[in-house]
Amino acid sequence: MNLAKVDNMLSLDDMRFSAPEGAEVEIAFQNVTKRFGDLVAVDDLSLDIHKGALVALLGKTGCGKSTMFNMISGLMAPTDGRVEVMGHSPFREFDWYRGKMAIVFQSDRLLPWRSAVKNVELGLETLGLSAAERTERALYWLNALGLKGHENDYPHALSGGMRQRVSISRAFATDAPLLLCDEPFSALDEITSRRLRTEFARLVRENNKTAVFITHSIDEAFDIGDRIVVLKRPAEIALDLRMSADVSDVDRERIRDTIHDTLDA
Amino acid sequence: MSDIASDRQSYADSVFDTVRWAFWLAAPFVLIAAAWQVASLFFPPFLFPSLIDVFARVWDILTTWSQFSSVLATAMRILGGLAGAFLLGAVLGVAITNSRMADRLLTPTLTFFQGIPALSWVVFAIIWFHGVEFRIIFIMVMTTLPAFTFQVVGALRGMDKDLLEMVMSFRPSRWKFFTAMVLPAVLPEVITAWKVNLGNASRVVVVAELVGSSGGVGYQLLQQQQLFDMAGALAWTLQLVFFVLLFQWILSQFEQFAFRYRSKSERS
Repeated sequence: MNLAKVDNMLSLDDMRFSAPEGAEVEIAFQNVTKRFGDLVAVDDLSLDIHKGALVALLGKTGCGKSTMFNMISGLMAPTDGRVEVMGHSPFREFDWYRGKMAIVFQSDRLLPWRSAVKNVELGLETLGLSAAERTERALYWLNALGLKGHENDYPHALSGGMRQRVSISRAFATDAPLLLCDEPFSALDEITSRRLRTEFARLVRENNKTAVFITHSIDEAFDIGDRIVVLKRPAEIALDLRMSADVSDVDRERIRDTIHDTLDA
Repeated sequence: MSDIASDRQSYADSVFDTVRWAFWLAAPFVLIAAAWQVASLFFPPFLFPSLIDVFARVWDILTTWSQFSSVLATAMRILGGLAGAFLLGAVLGVAITNSRMADRLLTPTLTFFQGIPALSWVVFAIIWFHGVEFRIIFIMVMTTLPAFTFQVVGALRGMDKDLLEMVMSFRPSRWKFFTAMVLPAVLPEVITAWKVNLGNASRVVVVAELVGSSGGVGYQLLQQQQLFDMAGALAWTLQLVFFVLLFQWILSQFEQFAFRYRSKSERS
């Protein structure tokens, strides 16, 4: 796994992620284990995710990345160890995260009885904003995601890509500092998926969010992540890589092969 | 020019479709009415009265307050009984969905209640209670409660788990969770439950009034039976049918408004 440095090429060690000096930890897994009966989904995992990072958690189906996602979002408690998000426990202090965490799911999960704008307003309704403010914010984000003219359409009248845009708008509209994304573009065609993830990464950076992006696609992880955490079964960190601007296309191609081999092993 | 011709053609098509729809809607009733009218020519009025007499009685009931108040009383008993059964059924349904113990205790009990005939509840009510209105409401609630409860349980258990999780991810208050997720998700099945129970309730209320009341459509039917007045019996029955149809129509209108978000297949 330790590749030699050739000419200007970066070695795997050069690309290994190390936390920036003084960076604030937003999400911390401390020796976390999650068992479902006899099945160990996550085994003694420790991982820090820093504020402002766009991290791709990459792994094959069944490697435990969705279990990690559910523990970060507070939908599931760890069996052993601690999960802390912004210094609190997401499972025990579930309501504390109101307005601080937003999720983009694998499927759009739009409420079929609400129009696009009302779906985007859903998260804002929990924050106690006035109706006018909610609508203004929802329209802003729908417009930003290219859905002008479709604000009052019901989900059944929108294409898959448009529906996922509404769900991204819904997440951004709450202005939560932490965004969690569970393979949000996996059900879309390649062209739409690539366009949306580029837009998504741009919006995350422009709005200074911390984002955790779960994916099983190496391409998607490369397109989005500043940092790629490659997971092996059972949710064990196989590689933890930085994807900064100094990583050349050649290095990326090489690292892609390494990730592929790691996931395949 | 061709546009105008095509517009005229599509207008003519839509008029033709409406007429055809109205024809097939009316056809079975016209057929029954015609057969009845023919029978009235050959049989005595206490068996097959002329439809003219029947409609004269219908008009008489609708325009005479002392008679029409009986129709209203029955309608209010149906709606009151259904509302009571629905509210109680909703509470029990929520308890069954959220508590294993409630499920174990209530589900077999309600299933047992479902097997008790409506007439038995009428007899029990007459033995147990004195107040006429309370008797009728009790009978209505007991006969429709199991169906309402099971329909609410089915609706709650059938809610989309992905959508529940999505709404929960915004950490809503209990009230917001109910209004944004639970209520719209269960509403279609609740409306269906009302439609189904409305038919059952209209049949039960007549039996309850027939045996244990001094007013209402059921009581009036008993009077007509004692007088061998078939025209009157038909006229009072039609009042109840009109009420059920009217309320079904109101529910359908509400359904169309509330579920306007649903997609429609062009082929269907």
